[in-house]
Amino acid sequence: MHNQEFFLNALIYLGAAVVSVPIAKKLGLGSVLGYLLAGIIIGPFVLRLVGNEAGEVMHFAEFGVVLMLFIIGLELEPKLLWKMRRSIFGLGGLQVIITAGIITGVALLLNFQLNRAVAIGLILALSSTAIVLQTLSEKGLMRNIAGRSAFSVLLFQDMAVIPILALLPIIATLGTPADLSDTSINSIGQVAQLPGWLQLLIIIGAISVLVIIGRFAARHIFRLVAETGLHEVFVALALLMVIGTALGMDAIGLSPALGTFIAGVVLADSEYRHELETTIDPFKGLLLGLFFISVGAGINFNLLIEDPWVIILFVLLLIFIKFVVLLILGRIFRLKKGFEFLFAFLLAQASEFAFVLISFSKQNKLFDEQTSGMLLLVVTLSMAISPLLLIFNDKAVSPILARWQNKLEYDDIEDEETPVILAGFGRFGLTVGRILLANGIKVTILDNNPSNVETLRKYGFKLYFGDITRPTMLEKAGIENARLLILSMAEHENALKVAEIVRKKYTHVKILARAKDIFHVFEYLNLNINKVQRENFHSAAELGNDALIELGFSKYEAYRATRTFKHHEDQVTEELYQHWLEDQGKFIQETRRFAEQVKETLQAEKNYSIHETDCAWDVDSLKDEAKKEE
Amino acid sequence: MKKILILFAHPAFHKSLINKMLMEAIKDLDGVTVNNLYEKYPDFFIDVPVEQKLLTEHDIIIWQHPFYWYSAPAIIKEWMDLVLQHGFAYGTHGRALEGKWAMSCISTGGRKEVYSAEGKNRYTINQFLAPFIQSASLCRMENLPPFVVHGSHTLSRDDIKKFADDYRKVITMLRDNEIDSEQLNTMEYMNEIIKRDA
Repeated sequence: MHNQEFFLNALIYLGAAVVSVPIAKKLGLGSVLGYLLAGIIIGPFVLRLVGNEAGEVMHFAEFGVVLMLFIIGLELEPKLLWKMRRSIFGLGGLQVIITAGIITGVALLLNFQLNRAVAIGLILALSSTAIVLQTLSEKGLMRNIAGRSAFSVLLFQDMAVIPILALLPIIATLGTPADLSDTSINSIGQVAQLPGWLQLLIIIGAISVLVIIGRFAARHIFRLVAETGLHEVFVALALLMVIGTALGMDAIGLSPALGTFIAGVVLADSEYRHELETTIDPFKGLLLGLFFISVGAGINFNLLIEDPWVIILFVLLLIFIKFVVLLILGRIFRLKKGFEFLFAFLLAQASEFAFVLISFSKQNKLFDEQTSGMLLLVVTLSMAISPLLLIFNDKAVSPILARWQNKLEYDDIEDEETPVILAGFGRFGLTVGRILLANGIKVTILDNNPSNVETLRKYGFKLYFGDITRPTMLEKAGIENARLLILSMAEHENALKVAEIVRKKYTHVKILARAKDIFHVFEYLNLNINKVQRENFHSAAELGNDALIELGFSKYEAYRATRTFKHHEDQVTEELYQHWLEDQGKFIQETRRFAEQVKETLQAEKNYSIHETDCAWDVDSLKDEAKKEE
Repeated sequence: MKKILILFAHPAFHKSLINKMLMEAIKDLDGVTVNNLYEKYPDFFIDVPVEQKLLTEHDIIIWQHPFYWYSAPAIIKEWMDLVLQHGFAYGTHGRALEGKWAMSCISTGGRKEVYSAEGKNRYTINQFLAPFIQSASLCRMENLPPFVVHGSHTLSRDDIKKFADDYRKVITMLRDNEIDSEQLNTMEYMNEIIKRDA
């Protein structure tokens, strides 16, 4: 029965993932490598649990990449994207052009025809969005400068897929067609056959429609659905929207990933952003996992066994070329202190788009069976190796670099007992640390940014270069004898992980933490850590206070108003946290109600709540009574 | 058993041995609630509804503080300004405190002789306490004589210990309603109630 086969396959894939990913993570290899290994193990060359349908599964699972870009879009507001334009077009553009050029040159030397060499160059110049972004989010590197640069490059590459898809058929007609037994040619959509200017017009039109719907219609639809209180309908709507966008973009020849990314950006400032994120996230995770498994299962070991050294040579050559180009470009674009190495290692593999582009080229008679098989194998192996490259960077390259460049290897911490460990001494931690030091309290300060450490040391701060997320670092910093651990670093996810570990292992240590936003506060509350400060709440409130004064409030009146607001915020946070705990689904409506509540409170504040607190200084009731007595 | 609320104010509690020992002596007593105002409201942002609720839940209200500038530390005044609202504590409809007892517990550097018409400070403690006494009266409360620790700068640890023990006895007597109201009228300080018994 067909169904049975489906469930059996599901069993195999899920089982493989559940077994291998935790093991890989325990071994510090990251989930991507875990999935790939799972794929290899269940694939046709080891256990033979799955066979040729792995390719189909891969096509299905590529949708995970689409979902991932949607989520990334959600986290990027348009303004931020605009800020990144230099690195997207400059760094990204140069990377694609230069890498493609060099690989083309190498292919020419290997006696490929010029048109084929160009196609190979273009295809292999791209890097894997799936692997890189998964790694970035898993390691909390999304906000890191190297991570951001890598993301910019990937974004450019995603856009570049469109012209490459358009170019390949043209390139194919320039040389002699490859000798292929299979001659079926699929078109990728009717729009591709239209003249260029019309295509462009359609693309611009489609994106405009997407933006307009996202801006003006989406929130009403979301609200209507959220008000039903049925979480599954919201899930259905979210998926519907993403799939719809992907199909629509595909129909006009745009990359679905790029389309959903745009949809994500458009929705980035809507009040349903967080809900969408948490809703889509599990689907994304599962599909991406499936995708990596199918990549692993798809590795053609027959080809590898036939000609192992040539293949390995090609893989290493590919990685080497990409790495060197990235490293040099990273330097030119001001990545320093080891970040350029991280950046280069991150992007040194080939892309999952290559699978699509290679089979598309084959259909266009650009590559023969032999070439495309070989290319696929090289691409797959480069993807499989890439998590290892990062481990290599972490364990070998970056410590050596650190020592060599700044003589700042993760420092050995002097053996002194200090009651406070302060992790993160940037813009936030600096203030925390100064307050403690000014009061004569000994603090062990850790920061993972070497240039930060260098600068602050010049001013006489005693701080250590180190990464608090490493368990050994915690021990070295003296967590055994510490009373407080202050997590003031900007890498919020990492901070949460540290908090979780310390909560379990060092119960005597009290944790104080910096939080990104209210949801991050909830995560801490969930760990029973309640000394949490949102990184921008108090300064924002103070600025609001200044604004009130500028508008004619007396300073004390403004102070009371701001203080009342802060007080109220504490209560609201606590209330929202309870809702958050109770039911994530209900929270959709609760966030909306919260928005309304804030609005109401703000309007009422001037007449009502402030004067409620302060009516001791309000003599109206006394006057009334005095008049009655007269 | 009466319930007692101690409204305690000392901006540098960690430096005051007297107030620390007085506090230690009473904080574990049943029916006694210590309301440490500087600890609770470091920014003077007093939560009025919370404080008013505390007042209604207790029968005897005690202001315990050092005698700064012949009065209380600033937060006590802020507390009075905000919490003793018209319509709650006083005024035609302000009867929340009616019939409750009010008392001051004060520590001061000056010896008792200094607080007299002939002394350097020219007025007695009870004269200086007029705003507290009259405030309580306006709130329809009964005034108790103050518990006073004089000469705080020169007291030895043992001296302070005696005051602390006395304070505990006074508070216990108040709580258990063992005080004769006629006796009260004849006393200048609450401290005397212990000495007479002894």
